[in-house]
Amino acid sequence: MTDSFCFTPDNAETARVILSRYPANRKQSALLPFLDLAQRQNGGWLSPPVLRFLSETLDVPEIKVYEVASFYTMFNLKPVGRYHLQFCRTTPCWLRGAETIENAVCTHLKARMGETTPDGLFTLSRVECLGACVNAPLLQVNDDFYEDLTETTVITLLDDLAQGRQPTVGTQVKRQTSAPIVGRCTLVS
Amino acid sequence: MFLKDKDRIFTNLYGDKDWGLAGARARGIWQDTKTLLEKGHETIIEEVKTSGLRGRGGAGFSTGMKWSFMPKSGDMPSYLVVNADESEPGTCKDRDILRHDPHRLLEGCVIAAFAIRAHTVYIYVRGEFYNEAMRLQAAVDEAYAAGLLGKNACGSDWAMDIHVHRGAGAYICGEETALLESLEGNKGQPRLKPPFPAGVGLFGCPTTINNVETIAVVPEILRRGPAWFSSFGRPNNAGTKIFCISGHVNTPCNVEESMSIPLKDLIERHAGGVRGGWDNLLAIIPGGSSVPLVPADQCDPLLMDYDALREVGSGLGTAGVIVMDKSTDIVAAIANLSYFYKHESCGQCTPCREGTGWLWRMLTRMVSGNAQPEEIDQLWDLTKQIEGHTICALGDAAAWPVQGLIRHFRPELERRMAVARERRVA
Amino acid sequence: MPTLTIDEKTLEVPAGVTVLQACELAGVEIPRFCYHDRLKIAGNCRMCLVDLEKAPKPIASCAMPAAEGMVIHTNNDRVQKARRGAMEFLLINHPLDCPICDQGGECDLQDQAMAYGMDKSRYHEEKRAVSEKDMGPLIQTVMTRCIHCTRCVRFAEDIAGVPALGAVGRGESMEITTLGKPVASELSGNIIDLCPVGALTSKPYAFHARPWELDKTESIDVLDAVGSNIRIDVRGSEVVRILPRLHEDINEEWIGDKARHACDGLKYQRLDRPYIRQQGNLKEASWDQALRATADRFAQPQTVAAVGGPLADLESVFVLKTLLDAAGVTRYDGAGGGVFPRDVRSRYIMNTTIAGLESVDALLLVGTNPRWEAPLINARIRKRYLQNGLPVGVVGDAVDLTYPYHDLGNTPDALRTLAKGSGDFGAILKKAQRPALILGASVLARPDGEALYAYAADLAEQMGMIAPDFNGFNVLHHAVGTVASLDLGFVAQGGQQALFDAVRTGSITTLYLYGADDVPTDVLEKAFVIYQGHHGDKAAHYADIILPGAAYTEKQALYVNTEGRIQEALPAVTPPHLAKEDWKIFRALADHIAGVSLGYRTLDDVRSAMVQVYPFLSLRDQCPAPSWTRFPQSPKTLEKDPLVSPVTNFYQTDPISRASKTMAECTRVFVHGAQNPDDKKAVA
Repeated sequence: MTDSFCFTPDNAETARVILSRYPANRKQSALLPFLDLAQRQNGGWLSPPVLRFLSETLDVPEIKVYEVASFYTMFNLKPVGRYHLQFCRTTPCWLRGAETIENAVCTHLKARMGETTPDGLFTLSRVECLGACVNAPLLQVNDDFYEDLTETTVITLLDDLAQGRQPTVGTQVKRQTSAPIVGRCTLVS
Repeated sequence: MFLKDKDRIFTNLYGDKDWGLAGARARGIWQDTKTLLEKGHETIIEEVKTSGLRGRGGAGFSTGMKWSFMPKSGDMPSYLVVNADESEPGTCKDRDILRHDPHRLLEGCVIAAFAIRAHTVYIYVRGEFYNEAMRLQAAVDEAYAAGLLGKNACGSDWAMDIHVHRGAGAYICGEETALLESLEGNKGQPRLKPPFPAGVGLFGCPTTINNVETIAVVPEILRRGPAWFSSFGRPNNAGTKIFCISGHVNTPCNVEESMSIPLKDLIERHAGGVRGGWDNLLAIIPGGSSVPLVPADQCDPLLMDYDALREVGSGLGTAGVIVMDKSTDIVAAIANLSYFYKHESCGQCTPCREGTGWLWRMLTRMVSGNAQPEEIDQLWDLTKQIEGHTICALGDAAAWPVQGLIRHFRPELERRMAVARERRVA
Repeated sequence: MPTLTIDEKTLEVPAGVTVLQACELAGVEIPRFCYHDRLKIAGNCRMCLVDLEKAPKPIASCAMPAAEGMVIHTNNDRVQKARRGAMEFLLINHPLDCPICDQGGECDLQDQAMAYGMDKSRYHEEKRAVSEKDMGPLIQTVMTRCIHCTRCVRFAEDIAGVPALGAVGRGESMEITTLGKPVASELSGNIIDLCPVGALTSKPYAFHARPWELDKTESIDVLDAVGSNIRIDVRGSEVVRILPRLHEDINEEWIGDKARHACDGLKYQRLDRPYIRQQGNLKEASWDQALRATADRFAQPQTVAAVGGPLADLESVFVLKTLLDAAGVTRYDGAGGGVFPRDVRSRYIMNTTIAGLESVDALLLVGTNPRWEAPLINARIRKRYLQNGLPVGVVGDAVDLTYPYHDLGNTPDALRTLAKGSGDFGAILKKAQRPALILGASVLARPDGEALYAYAADLAEQMGMIAPDFNGFNVLHHAVGTVASLDLGFVAQGGQQALFDAVRTGSITTLYLYGADDVPTDVLEKAFVIYQGHHGDKAAHYADIILPGAAYTEKQALYVNTEGRIQEALPAVTPPHLAKEDWKIFRALADHIAGVSLGYRTLDDVRSAMVQVYPFLSLRDQCPAPSWTRFPQSPKTLEKDPLVSPVTNFYQTDPISRASKTMAECTRVFVHGAQNPDDKKAVA
């Protein structure tokens, strides 16, 4: 871990664009986007030097930056693996077997919720409703949703990721996004 | 009588077609925006009022009325903020609009912002919807390039900027003032009201906050006329609505239907029916997790609209219907939601911060029957101690599912306690 | 002026008040934890819910503006239920450790639990435990007791202007923290008072006493020249803590950390008996011996000079001066090194007054760091900044004052330039309706002090700071003794520097130091030193005779603050062992000097005599607007040396704070930046 952090030239340019969206005297509005940008640059987590850097950049007290970073679940204050597996656990997913999916993955990876696999590939987290309930159960891996999972397809998915293959994002069954898998009777023309 | 495709607003709900500008134009979006704007601020607000459109984010407040609270003049800029922080369990409709029909939302933004005399729109997209936000940003870029946004938006002489702002994982930011706090770079803790956002909102300026679906249907209302829109659904429950049907149905899906559609029709026609047949239904949660459940015996006949659901002690909410069949451990299902509210409580005010955890812990004991029957009354009492006493509605939302459980499944709670007691004795 | 009905009583209330304030006006007390009338409204504890007719649910009275026609019920079933509910929720995770909690006996939660709590707990789940936070040498934390009212966070952010605290995490996991850093504000102790529970308590006072064991004395702080109102709490014969007392025009309800926490210094290094130096060593002596030896030095009064120290009270300086005049001693000074024009009183006091700072619309600070010289005046400036964005200009050190300012450089020349009205800030001053300046008293101790003063006075006159109903010219003193000496004419031509030079040239051979320690070492070494005071501080080590005096907590005395406001301190304890009140020592000394008799038998005698000579000293707790006469033009030669604040360490400015272990620890942590108790490197 290094003691200092600053944006790469590309990210500094992105940051400039982000800042331009808010009134000049309201720089703090860029805090969430900046935290996100910095987390991406920093390998998926926000280390203390990153928080200090953002505090200085946006002229926001460090404690405020920390308050915000600790409030939102997507900001990681500890390192995560290359693939952050986020299992939706809330009722709509739970009704459709979210626990089964979790168990299958834990068994397969020999890891528990909250842990990172020793190879640093996977971090397992349980998250609240991801907002894709008609495609339950689902798993978010980094930025992507993988939907309509079964015990089998989720393991295939992990194997693909582990071997560097990009799985198809979205539903893992033969289905047009949120449309009914069979018997669709709307928007058919 | 089901909604016909020709009356559907969201003609690319499933992403069958091109989401981009060309595809959007082919679906009629952006065709006559300038003409719609020429109706003028007041006429637009009036027509939206007449259409009977009510907020699609859960509270169901008259949209036109909300707009009319905005100042007609003043020194400060006005803002339109679109709430795309879709996080209510059981709800995933805005996601489809963002990723499959973003231009419909953007056109709605231009018209709505113009109506309330705003030049700047922020669309607050929940952080987890990364790909959806990227899609939306691409649509925004297209719209700027085509002159639909910018200094002279749609040739209307009205300057219009739209910015996409991503959240970072907090259900509470769906509460409109928490959303504003978050947009200002703070923790998403709801503000005290008054003042209301229409007076003091984003950056201290007058602000209207509307749900994605609410904004997205506005252009079609103006194009086809308020009477067309209000011809769907019962009086006071006008329009079409995207329903999300999740849980124990054969084909979970999103579908745009007429308001006031019977629940049974909705489930059977679009979602392939309840798993194991209608008689296998245990209960539904009709409007996203924050409304009390409705037990099977009240589900038929039951119309899916604001008034009918209020009559059965529940609500339309977001119209995210969570279906539970008889295999469901109903206590665990509600305990699961209680965990959700505990996890999502912002921590600001006492009853919610302390009460949500208490509810969850008691319910967790009750799942296995590890409680005394009189604790059911205590649990009820606690929900009443939270309800109505918090800064925002999250407290109510945490209380109501538990109340629904006690109201309709008290014998089940008592049965489990009896079983557990017998097991302990033995 | 809305009219509303509260519990059947109809009343008219001022526009802009909240329902809670309206209830108070109606004589109805509303319970609260998070609400505090000097902090931003948070509305989070929900204890103040009341019933508003026609509202669907109870309203938070602290946050709701009172409006015409409201009908409020504060005691019906709905309200009772809401309060009981909030109370129960606050208590479920609060530990039942009142018997070992320092807040016990003065705890809002305890008190309100008596009124609204249930007699037994319905909470059978696991209780929350929260780890302690290191907030520095002054604040003890037991965070499991925290009820998340955020008063501390709001105080630090708004009043102190040091956003050191925050609530991290969310929901029931939310915790107040400083991220392991000490709260680096001179006002930090106030969050101890603000905390309604025992989460934040005083670290130095930990487990010392229970509130009901304490004798309480209302008095005045003298460790700076603000004159903060305090309460001195004594257990047995020991001052165990000092708390603020409300004075709207001075300290509101805050005090600085030195005023609050230096009190342990009263226990250490005390001079509690007379001493006389014999064969190079100080030997205990009787009062009679010590006074006789002192009187002997007055045989040649022209070789004696007297210097008054920073903590001098008005009566003692008056008696000392009377004594010296009668004995033929002509050279004395208590003005802390400065040479002040004192033809009219308005030349050397804070004319605008502290509360008056809330009416200024532009402010210039010259050669002063008010944050360290007078933290409560700095807090007032910040308050004004938050009210109207007060533009502040600084000629002096560019330190963090907790509000933004125009840095005009630290050279004397910067003041000269500004006096011409040039630059951005010159334009701001010119445009302002009620501009003011604050000149640090130490500026007058510079060789070019007279010239700088003249520029400042010119500036005040030219920029419209002097008006019939307003005087924006202010001198900020950092020692009460200075103001007392100026008021009484206890000053020397050329100031103390001239007296020290006279020691060096040999024309003065005896120095009588009344609590004065800020004397150059070579002077102390050369002169015969009589030290009268309460602490074995710097000068006492060089003393040939020591006369043990009383500290401010041990005597009834008047003190003048930088506004020229006279307030009375009262004794909370008696002086230790043989030590005596200072004016009595001077009177006793007079009895030993041939041909001198003062004749005062009581303090009242002293006061009547003093008021006869100085009638304005009869006023109490008032700041009469003194007249201003046009400042005479004089030659002005400026030096190149930068203007600096005399206070380089807020925590140790006088014999009491220098004897305080707490202040030493604060110095280590806040001034030298030591990280933890094991980190000794900064001290070396």
